Amino acid sequence: MTVKILGTGCKKCKTLESKVRELVDQNNLNVNVEKVTDIKDMLKYGIMSTPALVIDEKVKSVGVIPNDNQIIEWIKGERI
Amino acid sequence: MWDKKVITSEKALSNKIIIPLVMLPFWFLLYFELEKITDLIVYGILDFDDEKLMTNAIHFFVYEVPKVMMLLVLIVFVVGIVRTYFSPEKTRKILGGKSLIVGNISAGLLGIVTPFCSCSAIPLFIGFVQAGVPLGVTFSFLIAAPMINEVALVLLLGLFGWEIALIYISTGLVIAISSGFVIGKLKLEKFVEGWVYELQQTQIESEETKLSLSNRFDMGFEAVKEIVGKVWIYIVLGIAVGAAIHGYVPENFMAGLMGAEAWWSVPLSVLLGIPMYSNAAGVIPIVQALLEKGASLGTVLAFMMSVIGLSLPETIILRKVLKMPLIFSFVAVVAVGIILVGYIFNFFF
Repeated sequence: MTVKILGTGCKKCKTLESKVRELVDQNNLNVNVEKVTDIKDMLKYGIMSTPALVIDEKVKSVGVIPNDNQIIEWIKGERI
Repeated sequence: MWDKKVITSEKALSNKIIIPLVMLPFWFLLYFELEKITDLIVYGILDFDDEKLMTNAIHFFVYEVPKVMMLLVLIVFVVGIVRTYFSPEKTRKILGGKSLIVGNISAGLLGIVTPFCSCSAIPLFIGFVQAGVPLGVTFSFLIAAPMINEVALVLLLGLFGWEIALIYISTGLVIAISSGFVIGKLKLEKFVEGWVYELQQTQIESEETKLSLSNRFDMGFEAVKEIVGKVWIYIVLGIAVGAAIHGYVPENFMAGLMGAEAWWSVPLSVLLGIPMYSNAAGVIPIVQALLEKGASLGTVLAFMMSVIGLSLPETIILRKVLKMPLIFSFVAVVAVGIILVGYIFNFFF
């Protein structure tokens, strides 16, 4: 499973990326974390604000940093 | 592609909602007694002589910093909650089928309330253009969104009073609407980078995000943490410089430099303001002090609008999707609008 963080260089985008990596490590979740910085790739998901969190090609959040539990829930939810 | 986002909370009326509501009366009490408290501290406890210049400066600082911070927390919180009712996706849907003038007006107004960060300017621009929002209408949004923001509103309200805050918002809105209209009339679509139109049309039906009131309050708190955390230092520094000017710079010192008589002061202020974006929070308190020392309202207004509304970083970001002639037209049309506002206020007030 792949978790993608779509975002340019903005501060929120970096925060979300490090947060997701941290959560994945802490909870021993076996997923790939990928950062997508190319605008054209980002736009394939139809988002209009960054950062966006994409889990298994599904857009989960846009423009906000979701809270920890929510992110873990989403990742676990997609696996079942 | 989109998941239905349903965030529910067990208790609709949780502490998250009750605590802020209980604190509100205390906020007002403290806010309106702040001047007396400051007098008591500066003249009573610290026992400063109320004749000295330094006392003036210290009184200004001790009074303005907590006042602006209190306003900042309250307004950013309220705006943060209001913004949860809007999103770029909803705004795009509303603007889609609008005609030019109606579209420009709606775009300007929505620019104020839609959550927007200049780092998202590109995906937003492309999203709008792809959905068939006219170029001019898109620009009305892109001009209003950064120009009329909650931090600027707080500083104007706290330091200048509600009249100037209102003038700033309404003239800012007029500039956003009319600049977008002019850009629309100039037919500049050919100067949008070709790949924007070639991108695959991504039609997404986004599900309505269902948020409980306590989710919305949470997001209000998040906004306070994020925005106050980012700007407080600039505000404190700005007020410190403002306090020094307030205490030590002689009356009418600025009249020759930024007064209504110096015709070149308006365009010069606009030019100086363009590269200053990141420090808007620190610039406004300084500008307020200058206004007291004889700078004229129109010049000050033009300078602030240029600092806040015309930002170099955002323009550079937009270069990725816009060719140079369109970038120049955008900056030129907005700059002319701001200069006109400056002259109008210098002339009539």
